Amino acid sequence: MKMILKGGRLIDPKNNIDQIAQLVIESDKITKISTESISSNGIEVLDVSGMIISPGFIDLHVHLRDPGQEYKEDIRSGTEAAAAGGFTSVCCMPNTKPVNDNEAVTHYILEKARKEGLVNVLPAGAITKGSRGEELAEIGKLKEAGCVALTDDGWPVMNSEMMRRSLEYAKTFDLVVMPHCEDRHLSEGGVMNEGRTSTEMGLRGIPCQAEEVMISRDILLAQLTESRIHFAHISSEGGVRLIRDAKKRGISVTAETCPHYFTLTDEATLGYNTNAKMNPPLRSIKDREAVKQGLKDGTLDAISTDHAPHSPDEKEQEFDKAPFGIIGLETVLPLALALVQEGMITLSQMITLLTVNPAKILKIKKGSLEAGSIADLTIFDPNEEWVVDATRFKSKSRNSPFNGWKMKGRVKFTIVSGKVVYRG
Amino acid sequence: MILKRKDLIALKELQKEEIELLLDTAVSFKEVATRDIKKVPALRGKTLINLFFEPSTRTRTSFELAGKRLSADVINISHSSSSAVKGESLLDTAKNLEAMNADLIVLRHPCSGSPYLLSRHLKSSIINAGDGAHEHPTQGLLDLYTIREKLGRIAGLKVAIVGDITHSRVARSNIAGLSKMGASVRVVGPPTMIPAEIEKSGVTVFHELREGIRDVDVILMLRLQLERQGKGLFPSIREYSELFGLNKENLKWANKSVLVMHPGPVNRGVEISPEIADGLSSVILDQVTNGVAVRMAVLFLLSGAST
Ligand SMILES: [Zn+2]
Repeated sequence: MKMILKGGRLIDPKNNIDQIAQLVIESDKITKISTESISSNGIEVLDVSGMIISPGFIDLHVHLRDPGQEYKEDIRSGTEAAAAGGFTSVCCMPNTKPVNDNEAVTHYILEKARKEGLVNVLPAGAITKGSRGEELAEIGKLKEAGCVALTDDGWPVMNSEMMRRSLEYAKTFDLVVMPHCEDRHLSEGGVMNEGRTSTEMGLRGIPCQAEEVMISRDILLAQLTESRIHFAHISSEGGVRLIRDAKKRGISVTAETCPHYFTLTDEATLGYNTNAKMNPPLRSIKDREAVKQGLKDGTLDAISTDHAPHSPDEKEQEFDKAPFGIIGLETVLPLALALVQEGMITLSQMITLLTVNPAKILKIKKGSLEAGSIADLTIFDPNEEWVVDATRFKSKSRNSPFNGWKMKGRVKFTIVSGKVVYRG
Repeated sequence: MILKRKDLIALKELQKEEIELLLDTAVSFKEVATRDIKKVPALRGKTLINLFFEPSTRTRTSFELAGKRLSADVINISHSSSSAVKGESLLDTAKNLEAMNADLIVLRHPCSGSPYLLSRHLKSSIINAGDGAHEHPTQGLLDLYTIREKLGRIAGLKVAIVGDITHSRVARSNIAGLSKMGASVRVVGPPTMIPAEIEKSGVTVFHELREGIRDVDVILMLRLQLERQGKGLFPSIREYSELFGLNKENLKWANKSVLVMHPGPVNRGVEISPEIADGLSSVILDQVTNGVAVRMAVLFLLSGAST
């Protein structure tokens, strides 16, 4: 199997490449990149003129809901959604039913992904048994089974001593720990950001400090243990500032944010819109701008989606009762491109946030376009305009706050190991 | 003039003219209550369902009476112990009611915003009888009515709302309604009971009772939810009532002609000393009487009738 991509603008930030070039794929690998014309006799040609060829996007934070809640999403539908969004690899969170805190669950996920998955599925294992924050999970076994990171996502490890030991122990296996930062006492009963909007709507608020208190603690613990921490889904100005300061002081931390935090504010919840209910919650304008700034200056290393599918029945409830979370795999590209269009970040920065940096954080050999590497590619048209129609999502769920939005920029091809898995 | 809306969910959404129409309509309905036969045929043949997910004898009775005086068929459904417990969703419940062809549904629910969920799915008019800590618009209207009746106006008055503002839907409806009608509103309570950025809705915040009620024309005391003690909002009922309870002494700081209001039921000796609750400044019982007239006006205008 041989294929040539012709006419595209190739952007590979890791190797400092940004040029119109042709790319040859043989079997599952990139075999040649050339600015000279390549004879295409008898070879499949993909004309990608006017499009951008990027290393395949890597999502550090998705919920595939499989095993246990397949009515929301499963590995098949979740990876189809990922492919449609331009992702060639996704790191799936362990808050499945049962929790991915032992190698049997990891094996199940990897086996099902091998059979049914369209993109690479990289499981994150739980830090603690049942993600209860009380006892270490069998981290060594999780690593051996194929987990690439550790997190109790959805739950903070509230006990500082437990968190310290987790970091120390995870270090032996060179696994990054990705905490969900939330002081559960400060956030108790909260359903949205605390501020003017929550006051007006009469909803219990979650202050930014619920996130910031835990980021502070975990920075201190990263310093103490000299372990690697990657902060998931940063939403607040204070959170960005704390991480920026920690990096300046040479502490080994990285962080991600999600498109909704740099696009929306808590006013999206007005009208009790449960498709704007997530955890951490959408914040104020000042937080949104700080998050953008964090992406611009490199404080935030990656854009993840925190793709969190829920069925319409679950979301069509009283705001207090509806579950937290929104889907995001299929809308990330245009939302990230909007930052490029407004001049906040460059195209190359955007691609770095979606490819090189996530690969570095997980320590996987992906995120660049060298000859000889596995052909995981995302090809998109940065100018195509379209209107989001949630009913056409590949995801099983529809809980997107962006339904009906006019977007600019669309994924045209997603290629995983040399195979086209999505055509837009 | 008619009210051009299907539902009444929040005073925040109402135009000043709509509030005035509701209050003016209530005036004529208050007169009905003074007749021998306290009944008019305005809503004959219409069905009103009182759907209460939280117990509230007062509000429910007031709506029931309002409906009956307008000759509507009134059905009370209390849900705290029935279907909701069995896992039936609010929407399922609502669809069942729709099937019964309810014209008006009065909803009391512990979750803020729940009336919007119903109104999006039902053709019936939804009347919010209190949703979580969001709004209680008919309580707000009856407070406006009582103030206007007693003081002859609302514009230009100084009103203090005292107590647990964070959890109070009565406070939110009153802040919205009073501000729209031109009053200036202050909120008074310990910092643990004042919600974030409330000053952005145009009110002034006080943490000291005397300062908060200095020279005001109206004091609206909120009911203290005694079960919140021990949850970090206030240390003891004794300390709360000493600092924020209204008594003869501190009432002197307000205007001489001040009205003392309370949505009831009063925790006597906690929010208000008995001598004040039963005193000349108190209009607590007038509020109850006016509640029926105001609710008649709401039901009447929402059912599409014109004055
Ligand atoms: Zn999380």
